[in-house]
Amino acid sequence: MQWTINGQVREAEVDFRTSLLDLLREQFQLSGTKKGCNQGACGACTVLVDGERINACLALAVQYQGRTITTVEGLAENGTLHPVQAAFIEHDGFQCGYCTPGQLCSAVGMIGELERDHPSAVTADLAANGIEWNRDELRERMSGNLCRCGAYNGIADAIAAGLAKELGEELGEELDEELGEEIAR
Amino acid sequence: MSALDKERSGDNQPAGVALAGDYWRPEGGPDPLSEKGRIGIGAPLSRVDGAEKVTGSARFAGEFTFEGMVYAALVYSAIANGRILNIDRREAEAMGGVVLVMTHENAPRLNTPPVFLRSPNGAAGDDHPIMQTDRVHWNGQPVALVLAETQEQADAAAESIRVDYAAEPAMTDFELAKTHARRPDNVLGGPAEITVGDADAAFEAAAHQIDATYTTPRHNHNAIEPHALTLVWTTGDGDESGREGETLRIHDASQCVDLAVASLAEVFGIETSQIHITSPFVGGGFGGKALWQHQILAAAAAKLADRPVRLALSREGVYRVVGGRACTEQRVALGADEQGRLQALIHSGIAAMTQHNNLPEPFFQATKCLYAADHIRLSIDVADMQMLANTFMRAPGESVGSFALESALDELADQLGMDPLELRRRNEPERDPTSGLAFSSRHLLEAARSGAERFGWSERSATPASRHEGEWQIGLGCATATYPYIRMPGAAARITLTPDGATVGIAAHEMGMGTATVQTQVAAARLGLPVEKIAFHYGDSHLAGSVLAGGSQQTAAIGGAVIAAQRALVAELLALVGQDSPLSGLSPDEIECRNEGLGAIGNGSRFETYAQILARAGQSELSVQADAAGSEELANWSMHSFGTIFCEAGVNSVTGEVRIRRLLGSFDCGRILNTKTATSQFRGGMIMGLGLALMEETLFDPRSGRVMNPSLADYHVPVQMDVPEIEVMWTDIPDPHTPMGAHGIGEIGITGVGAAVANAVYNASGKRIRDLPITLDKLL
Amino acid sequence: MNAFDYQQVADSEQAIEQAVRSRRAKYLGGGTNLVDLMRETVERPQALIDVTRLSRDIDETAEGGLIIGAAVTNSALAGDARVRSRYPVLARAILSGASAQIRNMATVGGNLLQRTRCAYFYDVAARCNKREPGAGCDALEGFHRYHAILGTSPSCIATHPSDMAVALAALDARIHLRGPEGERQLAITELHREPGERPDLETELQPEELIVAVELPPLPMAARSNYRKVRDRASYAFALVSVASMVELDGETIQDVRLALGGVGTKPWRALRVEAALRGQPATEATIAAAVDAELTEARPLPGNAFKVELARRTLIAELSRRIADARNGGEA
Repeated sequence: MQWTINGQVREAEVDFRTSLLDLLREQFQLSGTKKGCNQGACGACTVLVDGERINACLALAVQYQGRTITTVEGLAENGTLHPVQAAFIEHDGFQCGYCTPGQLCSAVGMIGELERDHPSAVTADLAANGIEWNRDELRERMSGNLCRCGAYNGIADAIAAGLAKELGEELGEELDEELGEEIAR
Repeated sequence: MSALDKERSGDNQPAGVALAGDYWRPEGGPDPLSEKGRIGIGAPLSRVDGAEKVTGSARFAGEFTFEGMVYAALVYSAIANGRILNIDRREAEAMGGVVLVMTHENAPRLNTPPVFLRSPNGAAGDDHPIMQTDRVHWNGQPVALVLAETQEQADAAAESIRVDYAAEPAMTDFELAKTHARRPDNVLGGPAEITVGDADAAFEAAAHQIDATYTTPRHNHNAIEPHALTLVWTTGDGDESGREGETLRIHDASQCVDLAVASLAEVFGIETSQIHITSPFVGGGFGGKALWQHQILAAAAAKLADRPVRLALSREGVYRVVGGRACTEQRVALGADEQGRLQALIHSGIAAMTQHNNLPEPFFQATKCLYAADHIRLSIDVADMQMLANTFMRAPGESVGSFALESALDELADQLGMDPLELRRRNEPERDPTSGLAFSSRHLLEAARSGAERFGWSERSATPASRHEGEWQIGLGCATATYPYIRMPGAAARITLTPDGATVGIAAHEMGMGTATVQTQVAAARLGLPVEKIAFHYGDSHLAGSVLAGGSQQTAAIGGAVIAAQRALVAELLALVGQDSPLSGLSPDEIECRNEGLGAIGNGSRFETYAQILARAGQSELSVQADAAGSEELANWSMHSFGTIFCEAGVNSVTGEVRIRRLLGSFDCGRILNTKTATSQFRGGMIMGLGLALMEETLFDPRSGRVMNPSLADYHVPVQMDVPEIEVMWTDIPDPHTPMGAHGIGEIGITGVGAAVANAVYNASGKRIRDLPITLDKLL
Repeated sequence: MNAFDYQQVADSEQAIEQAVRSRRAKYLGGGTNLVDLMRETVERPQALIDVTRLSRDIDETAEGGLIIGAAVTNSALAGDARVRSRYPVLARAILSGASAQIRNMATVGGNLLQRTRCAYFYDVAARCNKREPGAGCDALEGFHRYHAILGTSPSCIATHPSDMAVALAALDARIHLRGPEGERQLAITELHREPGERPDLETELQPEELIVAVELPPLPMAARSNYRKVRDRASYAFALVSVASMVELDGETIQDVRLALGGVGTKPWRALRVEAALRGQPATEATIAAAVDAELTEARPLPGNAFKVELARRTLIAELSRRIADARNGGEA
């Protein structure tokens, strides 16, 4: 079986029971992706598959053959941290660090969803073009990633700051006042 | 270079840091580092382990491997009391990849582990024999362990094992158990009943009375990292230490590496020198990561199979094997005069416990020191149950006790028609009301005043249910937060100085509190070195001393040890300098550490860098170790952190849903050492407090004694959407009797939050909820 | 988790062939529920037939509705512009369920067939008639705060946990099935069974039968539909009560109304009694209250979930009142 993981084609023969999470952690020693509950309830195992965030614990490795997978180890490029990674350090978006890889992959996946204009449960007008996006949107969209240390404020601050850097002016125009203030802070 | 960078590097240090004196004695002076304006102290330094944590390279205990390692899976009992009749392991043993099935029939003989707070070496949650007999003591007890080549194989084999039991009656219903409650012989080493005057008589005579019962459910820590360890036994000269005989090497997720070593040594009948535990990263602890059966079982199985073992508990496994906070039923009775002055304060009640552990959930802790009542009676009884031993969870006692006490204060304020903050102000004590000691540092009123101003407390309507926004009823509430300062014995530190900087080594722990970062800052400031030249080593039982990450004591314990080590270092350095050194003839107390070296206090020209001293002495390094001074300060003063929590809650008038709109904590915890990590720690505690207030409950089925929500899907902890932006502020007034003038701040954040939320819910809706969690059904 | 065979199939024909050939096979969609249940040993299939390569298309029907392939992910369905503008109740129901990660994995077919979250169903050490017919039900006298008050039986009080299915029930969706005997359709309300004495039989699906598509009929009033979910957390929690609703007014008369409830029924609960009591009636508080009571008198609450009767009543009334107000205001949702 074959997967493209962080830009590299990787091969392994796996037990059909093996989750994508255990494939990463045990077979490929990519232990950055974490196991918090192994039942899709905490988000610590979040990875990107073809750019979309999923819970690797509920994914059977065999079902994801041939797919392109990005883990926390693959977010930095050429040794430069992804803007969201750097912002997590600056804004103290973690304490123990165990949920952090999942938070980061989830945040990067969420940025893609925003770019695609994907709605959330708190989007006021589902039919409107363009999500009017604010801190509640961010909080709702990141609610699939638990943090027991309670770094939620720092996580939200970090993602808002990282987003501004990542999306630059394109998003700048859409930023509402609340988020703008947030980033300025 | 930005101002921040200058702060970080310590380049602007205006003066050196003299050696700390006897801060623990009434006649001693404060630690010089506690002075305001000490550059580097308080700076918002980003975490030193940040890069590792955001790139996934931080390796946790269950992520190490050893050659030939096998994976473990546990089978848990399905009864609460009785005997194992038969364990059918045949199918499991025949399954592919299975290396071993261990049960009480073939487990190696193990000594019973020493229990925390009962034995000096105790790190274990209870004193049950571990897989030594056919007895079952709680629903969820491990009854078999499987080792296999892969986790999938181990899990499947464990699932195939069938156990027959002879069940016996079990006390698993708190309502029944509390009818047989008993007075424990101690609560955290102190008395289980504390009386001042005659509180019952004073209560009866009081003009205003509140007498209410509050209940709090079981809680679980739910660190996102489930407990895991990787270990290997090695024998002979193959082991890393080169010692004779067997050694046990463990990568564990631990908040007490040294106590765990001591306990494991007793269990396996070996020397502590034969066990080495490291735990550099811990994915959250909150009191839950001490020694439980899984570590012992993994080590026993590894011995039996002669293979290295990885044991990672499933999330369900954590609920079955690692104890949580016990449920409580508390009575608070307040008697007050017309002016609101407390004449009687009674806080009594019952907590669930087992006969095999020693932690009556100490819910009266906060009540001991908070209010100046004329007559006080505090007591705790325990209801013995057949359940997994309960244990410490963030602010044991204060978290749930302050819910009851601070709710009752709010009820009294309501009855008196008085502002709840004013009621508290009127009962501010001069001295500790139960011990009679002076407070070392108490600025609660200042914290309350500045917090109220910032929060806009004056906007609160005294009339409940009078503010509406659409479907939402809005209310404000407040409550006092408090947690004791302690500094446990046993801390020591080693400082190793080289021309390139210093390494500080201490067997302490970093579980996300910011210890590594903050202690790097402190060591840098104390030694007059830039933070880049400090390496802080921790989480390793081979390091100096024994420091428990618990009781919010690590900061002070490490601080005390480094103070002692600094003194030893300076003495050694002065012994090294020769006649021709500008430092010649100076005694340690005439010395300050500054600019990467030692200098005479008040004399800028008498100075030598560490590198110069070492070079002159022809030494490449100098290493000293010293024990922290004894914690005499605890006998000299009543020492506590304080704060006031302010909450704005919305209660949906249709559905009863509660949403927290604003939350502010104003704290008085001595000097704040790193504003960035401190803010996170306070917020983290407060968020766990929101969980306690609104949603957290371990569902313990009274028929079976089984936890029925052993999952993060069914045990609700707050998610991002539940948490507003939380404001945190502090007095930053140093405690003159603690290292750095600081207090640990890991636990105070959770205290008071339950009541602040309940009081805000009352102010919003007019409904007083005395049973946690405050779920919507209670508000319909 | 027990060992099993795995096969990915390209279309429904292959899937059914494979299922007929295998012993104790299960179709695997996103796996968000099935993989979890296999880890808990509640499900022990001998073979998994991966049907995520089935249709992921959302197409217009000749009648002006939409037909949704069974392998369309929950995210894709909620994000579809046609669903968002014509059936917002469906988009909002999906978005209020689970997490973004799970919605990216879960399929429409799998969502409909997800199983209850009852703690006693999940814990193989407990008694559960759904897992083991005749074993008894530990939820009746145990923790049942999340359990059903409508459609229950002495054998089972477990709720169906889907949000999406509640919206589909309100929208009169049709379920397209394919099995060894060919194709057929069921109304969404016919898909799930009430537990009766056989809570283990959860749907009307025959062995090897597969959901291949879900069809939404055209329904202009659905453009002003909404979904409200009441739960213990602000996000990422199952419903205590949820309401999918839409109302069409003719002047001050309720011309048409669609209502479905989640969190309270043993299946996605279409509130037909309320609808019948409201159609053709004046849109007044009194008619609404009476209509809601007509449904809730059927409720059979237990001590731990009795609050749901009142919660459902209040939420239904609030939602109906809002839909009526929206309809009066010229159709703004």
